[in-house]
Amino acid sequence: MFPKGTKRKFSDSGDEPAAGGEDVNQPSSVAVRMLSSYSLQRQSLLDMSLIKLQLCHMLVEPNLCRSVLIANTVRQIQEEMTQDGTWQIMTQALSAANAAAQCSADRLVATEVLCRQTEATQGEQVLKPFPAVGSEGCPAEEEVVVEEEGEGGVTMSTVSPQAPTSYLPGTFGMDPCWEEENGEDEEEDEDSEECGSGSEEGDSDRLVEDSRTAEQVFGTFEIKNPAPSPDPALEELFSDVDASYYDLDTVLTGMQSAPKMGPYDLLESLSSHGPSPLSSSTSCRSDLNELDHIMEIIVGS
Amino acid sequence: MEAVSCRCYQFNLLLVMLFVTADIISTVEFNHSGELLATGDKGGRVVIFQQELESKNQPQCRGEYNVYSTFQSHEPEFDYLKSLEIEEKINKIRWLPQKNAAQFLLSTNDKTIKLWKISERDKRPEGYNLKEEDGRYRDPTTVTTLRVPVFQPMDLMVEASPRRVFANAHTYHINSISVNSDCETYLSADDLRINLWNLEITDRSFNIVDIKPVNMEELTEVITAAEFHPNQCNTFVYSSSKGTIRLCDMRASALCDQHSKLFEEPEDPSNRSFFSEIISSISDVKFSHSGRYMMTRDYLSVKIWDLNMESRPVETYQVHEYLRSKLCSLYENDCIFDKFECCWNGNDSVVMTGSYNNFFRMFDRGYRQDVTLEASRESSKPRSVLKPRKVCTGGKRKKDEISVDSLDFNKKILHTAWHPQDNIIAVATTNNLYIFQDKL
Repeated sequence: MFPKGTKRKFSDSGDEPAAGGEDVNQPSSVAVRMLSSYSLQRQSLLDMSLIKLQLCHMLVEPNLCRSVLIANTVRQIQEEMTQDGTWQIMTQALSAANAAAQCSADRLVATEVLCRQTEATQGEQVLKPFPAVGSEGCPAEEEVVVEEEGEGGVTMSTVSPQAPTSYLPGTFGMDPCWEEENGEDEEEDEDSEECGSGSEEGDSDRLVEDSRTAEQVFGTFEIKNPAPSPDPALEELFSDVDASYYDLDTVLTGMQSAPKMGPYDLLESLSSHGPSPLSSSTSCRSDLNELDHIMEIIVGS
Repeated sequence: MEAVSCRCYQFNLLLVMLFVTADIISTVEFNHSGELLATGDKGGRVVIFQQELESKNQPQCRGEYNVYSTFQSHEPEFDYLKSLEIEEKINKIRWLPQKNAAQFLLSTNDKTIKLWKISERDKRPEGYNLKEEDGRYRDPTTVTTLRVPVFQPMDLMVEASPRRVFANAHTYHINSISVNSDCETYLSADDLRINLWNLEITDRSFNIVDIKPVNMEELTEVITAAEFHPNQCNTFVYSSSKGTIRLCDMRASALCDQHSKLFEEPEDPSNRSFFSEIISSISDVKFSHSGRYMMTRDYLSVKIWDLNMESRPVETYQVHEYLRSKLCSLYENDCIFDKFECCWNGNDSVVMTGSYNNFFRMFDRGYRQDVTLEASRESSKPRSVLKPRKVCTGGKRKKDEISVDSLDFNKKILHTAWHPQDNIIAVATTNNLYIFQDKL
């Protein structure tokens, strides 16, 4: 299974060596197995935590205490992984696996928020390395901020299933888990509505090294949160009400709350090059959410 | 009435009442005399029970609790700015000390606190001149004589009316309210802020603690509970998700971000794991009635702190240490985030808290004994005392013991309350309220 003398990479740590004697570079296989078992546990804990953070976006209003505790756990794991070098190996392996991604592996978690960095990187190619698990929500959040900065057109290119590769939890939109006041609230609103549409495909991309964990993750994810399927009748009902409601809202508060549109509504609106300017900005957030949906469907197939 | 002192492991607890609520119970609280017990539920309802007075012919029966009043305290709301629903679940109820015939309580959901007046009406005026008894107006021309209306007795009616609504002061979810000993002010705490209110004034509150960081991405700690000192109206404490308790003196400054005392136990390095922080998060903090101690509840233990010693608790009681090896599973199924409450008995000699499998635990501080009891229909046969339960942690399981793997983690007792004077306890399972009292 392993070429003689080749040092096992992190991605293989989940697999027990078929013949332990072949790995001459490794210490005693027992210690290795223990270490890899610990790494596996730690990895699965990290995966579980990331899923939980994502799921918390789907609740009516996320429990802040729980989110903070989970985020702290993720940070802790990440710090430990950075210390023993696993983090570097993993991000390198992932970036090697996906050439399009740009990793900055030394960036630690959650203390930098994706949307904050967006201001600095507005002009650049915004191909941040974030996992698909969070990608649907986070880039949308980015986009919202970018929009508000007056960038105009929405950069849909970031919502690419290729981009999400690394584990950098800062990109998981853990910040969006925190309820924010005023303008920041809508970002979280965005996330709380849509982050949960984290795609299974994205999961599998990311977790390809550890298929067993991926199954756990999938299983948990699917059981807990089947992808919401909007009722078409309901959507139609709301679509009439939407425009005026959000006009009023925007006028009164200057803020927007994203309506839930079905994917077909979005396709229609996209193909018609968008409605009037006011409603295009108000519906852009929902567009983003639904575009994620679309991208999922397109890439998934 | 002096508080009854008894060793908890000698309690002979009898089931006095079992009430099935319509919705999941979310808070339980005795009033200051113990005559009334209020419960709040997930549907925003408050149910108040009243202790029946001792009847002369049955001195054995100290007094059962019967439903006294039921009312809808909070309704679900919709936050249009965030497109999120605000739950009507009652997070906390706190009684005000009784000043006159009426009773007052504060109830809160995630965002809004309400002051309710509960009053009795057992008389009604009769004999109006211009109205018939059924309310119809009389033709004034038919009135030939005048009479003075008199109060006639009627069936007791208990009315609950909202007297104050304290709204729009909390961005985050309210987790605690606490009435000050001055009976004029109270505090409300959410995840990041604590506000001070005057009971009479609803459109203003003072912010006294604010731990929100400038950049939310730097947020690593939240407020989990807060309480006023029972005697010193200038002192309050608040606990955090990192296992710290801060005691603040409102005389020191308007904004009490600087604590007067910081209570924190150094971590045990041998027990360190990825879950250490989560299980150290304090879910409840309660001052003793004397005001000399405070008790905190974290996931696995109950700790008693002397207010004069910040470095470590004076007593630590393990609630369910056998769960320490199961933390990963409990993290997976989210049970690790369950917020258990704790309470003192009337004379601060015994503390009580809940656990899983409908178990609850009592710890006798003086005699260093503890007992595990179960609140369930099967264990609570009428007129038979509760039997102590035991969890088997390993090895051969004895008869009547239950193994850790058989515990039902969906049956959790988060809310318990102890009568301020007597050995009467209220224990809430998911939607059953049990009231036990000591067999006389």
